[in-house]
Amino acid sequence: MNAYLSILRLRFAVQLQYRAAAAAGFSTQLFFGLVKVMVFMAFYASSNKVQPMSLQQAITYSWLVQVTLRMLPWNSDAEVLALIRSGNVAYELCRPLNLYASWYSRVLAWRIVPVLLSGVPIWIIAVVLPAGYGMTLPESLGAGLSFGVSLTASLLLGAAISNIMSISTLWTVAGDGMQRLLPAAVMFFSGTTIPLAFFPDWSQPLLSALPFSGLVDVPFRFYIGTLPPSELLPNLALQLCWTAALIGIGLWLLSTATKRIVLQGG
Amino acid sequence: MDPIRLYLEYIGTSLRQQLQYRASFIMMTIGYFLVCVIEFFGIWVLFSRFGSLQGWTIAEVALFYGMINSAFAISLSIGRGFDSFALQVRGGDFDRTLLRPRTTFLQVLGHDFQLLRVGRLMQGIVVLSWGLSNLAIAWTMAKVALLVLAVLGGVLLFTGLLVIQATMCFWSTQSLEVMNCLTDGGVETSQWPIPIYNQWFVNIFIFAIPLACVNYFPVIAILGRGDVLHSPPWLRWVSPIAGVLFLALSLVFWRFGVRHYRSTGS
Repeated sequence: MNAYLSILRLRFAVQLQYRAAAAAGFSTQLFFGLVKVMVFMAFYASSNKVQPMSLQQAITYSWLVQVTLRMLPWNSDAEVLALIRSGNVAYELCRPLNLYASWYSRVLAWRIVPVLLSGVPIWIIAVVLPAGYGMTLPESLGAGLSFGVSLTASLLLGAAISNIMSISTLWTVAGDGMQRLLPAAVMFFSGTTIPLAFFPDWSQPLLSALPFSGLVDVPFRFYIGTLPPSELLPNLALQLCWTAALIGIGLWLLSTATKRIVLQGG
Repeated sequence: MDPIRLYLEYIGTSLRQQLQYRASFIMMTIGYFLVCVIEFFGIWVLFSRFGSLQGWTIAEVALFYGMINSAFAISLSIGRGFDSFALQVRGGDFDRTLLRPRTTFLQVLGHDFQLLRVGRLMQGIVVLSWGLSNLAIAWTMAKVALLVLAVLGGVLLFTGLLVIQATMCFWSTQSLEVMNCLTDGGVETSQWPIPIYNQWFVNIFIFAIPLACVNYFPVIAILGRGDVLHSPPWLRWVSPIAGVLFLALSLVFWRFGVRHYRSTGS
């Protein structure tokens, strides 16, 4: 366990050294957030229909997407990919460590640092933006705490998805497809593209049963108050069940892959 | 060898290289296509909730969306050398470019031709065709020409942006992330009818980065709609020229940059 914590700590330190890289995306995300906010304003101004959330809630949701964007499993660990492509994964296999767990702790650090370096500043800016454009603070203290807990679970869930993506590159062709398709599914079914509440009513049970809603939609609903803090336990349970299931799939894929892996020398 | 033949030769090499891993390529292209399709589905979700966007229908938005995305996809394919120019500067590869008896612009343009964007282009065309088939447009030769010219103008404009982004690398040796706001952000912005935004924001995309000239103005001429921005009607028919002007200006900047190039020495 200590070894994995050290990996996490080391990767954390390395990323803090390369601050500029970790904070990249800051201005783009502010820009995208602003466009999203203005699009929502225009849509709300053109319809009187009752919507699943208020304009302010939709704006807060849109900003939260930008704050936590780089925490999402939208790509696999670039260094792990390089290891696999160059064949250096052989050294990894020799280490007296569980490969899955060491990659898992690496990816955790890889997801946390960008949120601290670029997400937190975006959050501060979005909160102080002039009225109408900016986001609100959590509905209540309870909402804030539930958001924090739920977001932590989302981090664990996301790392399990990232690992599946990395492991799949051990199969060249299928891996390439996975690199493209999984992030698309993540973006769409998590609520990143459009908050899930806007999706057609018939699709709601399906969307909330899928693992992806636990990445974005569930924590955000606690923040904007459309889910009361009392709903935390069942939602947390679902997030953690999916995390366990996806870790299981990742472990199985990895053991299958390492049995058939052929290193090209070099 | 004349420049055009040389450029086609460059592209040929690039294509042959990318088609070496055929199965991977097909998988990536399909993946890329699906990613983009999902993106448009998000717009459908919003329309299904709100009905209309300040008087615009989803078919009209599909026209904006399809045109700008097709233009961007083509531009990314041909301008890949400029998009990845930071690597050439950092690696010192640009020194070699300078030694050859050809213009730097042609060589960097021919550096890489990315076939992968075919997926995005396909999606742009599919969305565009869907939009057109759902709109009752009184077609004339002039309108067809305007549509094609607007997309071409968009290609030139985005290529101009990529050239500017590359030129900055002469001073910063890395790709300035702010430029993403203008390329990716520009696409995101102009896939919606531009009057839905606030006036100050609209002005940026008319006067500074004239994306509205290759998208919004030609589209309202094709649709035969009045302009809420009160532009003179003749402007809508000639506005794609802005793409040519923008590329020309960016090439002036490029030449200025090349003269100030200092090799990294590596």
